[in-house]
Amino acid sequence: MTDNLFKISEREYILPGNRACQGCGLSLAYRHALKALGENTILTIPASCLTVLHGLYPITSVEIPCLNCTFASTAASASGLVAGLKALNRNDVTVVAVAGDGGTYDIGIQALSGAAERGTDFIFVCYDNEGYMNTGTQRSSATPPGALTTTTPVLTKQEPKKDMLKIMEAHGLPYIATVCPSYPLDLHEKFTKAKSVQGTRYVQIYAPCPPGWGYLPKDTVKIGRLAVETGIFVLFEIEDGRFRLTGRSRVLAKKGKRVPVSDYLKAQGRFRQISPEQAEKLQRSVDGRWDEYVKRAGK
Amino acid sequence: MDNVQILTGNQAAALGAKLCQVQVVSAYPITPQTSLTEVLSHYIEGGELQAEYVRVESEHSAMTVCIAASTAGARVFTSTSSHGLLYMHEQLHWAAGSRLPIVMCCINRGVGAPWSIFNDQQDSIAQRDTGWIQIYCRDNQEIIDTVIQAYRIAEAVYVPVMVCYDGFVLSHTTMPVRIPDERDVRAFLPSYQPHTILNSQEPRNINPVIFPWRRMDAEGCLRDGYMELRYKLQKALEEAKPVIGKACSDYTAIFGRVHEGLFWRYRLDDADALLIGMGSLATEATMAVDRLREQGVKAGVLGVRLYRPFPREEIKNCIGQRKALLIFEKDISYGYEGALCSDVKAALYGSEVKAPVHNFICGLGGRDVKAEELADAVKTSLKMIGAGNLKQQTIWLNCRTEKSNDGQSF
Ligand SMILES: Cc1ncc(C[n+]2csc(CCOP(=O)(O)OP(=O)(O)O)c2C)c(N)n1
Ligand code: SF4
Repeated sequence: MTDNLFKISEREYILPGNRACQGCGLSLAYRHALKALGENTILTIPASCLTVLHGLYPITSVEIPCLNCTFASTAASASGLVAGLKALNRNDVTVVAVAGDGGTYDIGIQALSGAAERGTDFIFVCYDNEGYMNTGTQRSSATPPGALTTTTPVLTKQEPKKDMLKIMEAHGLPYIATVCPSYPLDLHEKFTKAKSVQGTRYVQIYAPCPPGWGYLPKDTVKIGRLAVETGIFVLFEIEDGRFRLTGRSRVLAKKGKRVPVSDYLKAQGRFRQISPEQAEKLQRSVDGRWDEYVKRAGK
Repeated sequence: MDNVQILTGNQAAALGAKLCQVQVVSAYPITPQTSLTEVLSHYIEGGELQAEYVRVESEHSAMTVCIAASTAGARVFTSTSSHGLLYMHEQLHWAAGSRLPIVMCCINRGVGAPWSIFNDQQDSIAQRDTGWIQIYCRDNQEIIDTVIQAYRIAEAVYVPVMVCYDGFVLSHTTMPVRIPDERDVRAFLPSYQPHTILNSQEPRNINPVIFPWRRMDAEGCLRDGYMELRYKLQKALEEAKPVIGKACSDYTAIFGRVHEGLFWRYRLDDADALLIGMGSLATEATMAVDRLREQGVKAGVLGVRLYRPFPREEIKNCIGQRKALLIFEKDISYGYEGALCSDVKAALYGSEVKAPVHNFICGLGGRDVKAEELADAVKTSLKMIGAGNLKQQTIWLNCRTEKSNDGQSF
């Protein structure tokens, strides 16, 4: 069943006027994710742009209880919440950890792997803006090759992006999904499903970031769509090992033609130094991965 | 009838945590703490203790689990040693800053490089400034009693407590231990009331970014800035001293055993030479004092139990007009002197006390410290002082490089 607009709660959990940048892909995705998760949720978040979005003491913009934790500790913090709530017989709460790509792919990976291996009953959400944005756009292992960051300021990032989804899949999780704020219905549906599953669930948000990626705030939805249209980012879910393309990616696999990656690269300032060889290589790796996904999805 | 069991220090600590009915345990193995976590696993898997055991992948995560579970309202316990404690460093600050009544046993062990699994107190001393209360135990009876007291103290002042005891010397040595009665423990220890609220009726953002200055909330009420919160943590530690004293006297009233709250005394009343130390080293010093007394030296021991908050006034008053202070410790603040020595001297600043101070760094990385060596060191020191050499000495006891101790043999 596909969600439609009428199923999305009118209740807003993020108040207007929060401190995220204009056009922030994270805040757009977060708004709809929280609507799907509902109020019986406890959040835990590490140092990141999300800390800023949540507001500075003693004012907060988010009407869901939240425990801030240190940068490396997000999934362990969720584990502690789960254990504490269980000890107190509070069994009706969904514990949700939300971290950036730095807090997931890099410094947070040990705690995340541990919590996932233990089958901790929580949702781990990674919003992937492909760099350390809170500290001003440094390279992370999620930064794509060819991107300028403040720590790859001349040569651009040389290494490929880490495939975190594969790493999480290797943990044998009951539910894994990818979402993009440009497709809020698909996003809402996946968060609703994630909430209903037991065990460790992993959701990765593709989170366009105007200042970090070098495009105008008004274009966030457009950039998100381009990512999906090119196959740079693919919408799917894996339920108990069953892989399924969803939404626009599913349609693209059935019919239609993917847009060349160069269109995506041209739309963002961070790729202004990418070499033709890098761009070419990126196109090939996107194609290869796309074929893999389509094959897995069958038909 | 007293229930007496023969227990190692680690077994005593685990039993103490069980008697306190901890609800969440999270720990990661490290020598010499490991057997403590194993005993707790047995309790929990065997159904003797109703608690969640989170078998984390690191000490950083162990402390994180304690922080989050304690915030949720559960009574939590963890333990570690040495590198495990160092690995927790960030979370130790976070726990104290969050004002959570976490209790942790630190089974004292030296730190690398190079690797040492043996006892000294460099690990917990290096965490001195994280905002935790630190209590050092001298024997296994004190370990079980202190764990129980620690929850009472932590939950009264909302400051985490580190119960420190020496690796192997206590952790793996069996001694007879009187086991507190479960109902008595319940009478001594009220149930834990968390100060935080984590529910959707009253959504809060706990430990967000805070400004240096105070700031209005949405209702126009002026709230603390970072400085105010830090001041309150400092105040809470200072004001913990009477709470600790009361916890100890209440404990004595119920269980009959006396553990002086802040520090303990041995043959002190008429002592001219004061041996000061912490943990099992101070116990060793009592045997040195017995020898010295036999030889006519009026010596006594001041065993520091509470290291943070430091009992400044009380120690100063106890020192009074003694003729020599001999401070023995298993740690070093590199480039200066032993940390306890600095603390004791700072407590005396501006007072009438003029006693010369000799600081003995000993037992690092498990180097044996024998009572007769301590006694000999005291005699050598007293001879120097008697000869008019009042300058402070920092002496590396039993350290055999050519240049140690300026050729003096200690
Ligand atoms: C242990 C530690 N190291 C470094 C930092 C500084 N720091 C805070 S946020 C951040 C970057 C966060 O990046 P990411 O997780 O990708 O989230 P984003 O800021 O992009 O939202 C860094 C490096 C920190 N808070 N703690
Ligand atoms: S830097 Fe990027 S991710 Fe961070 S708040 Fe701004 S737009 Fe959002």
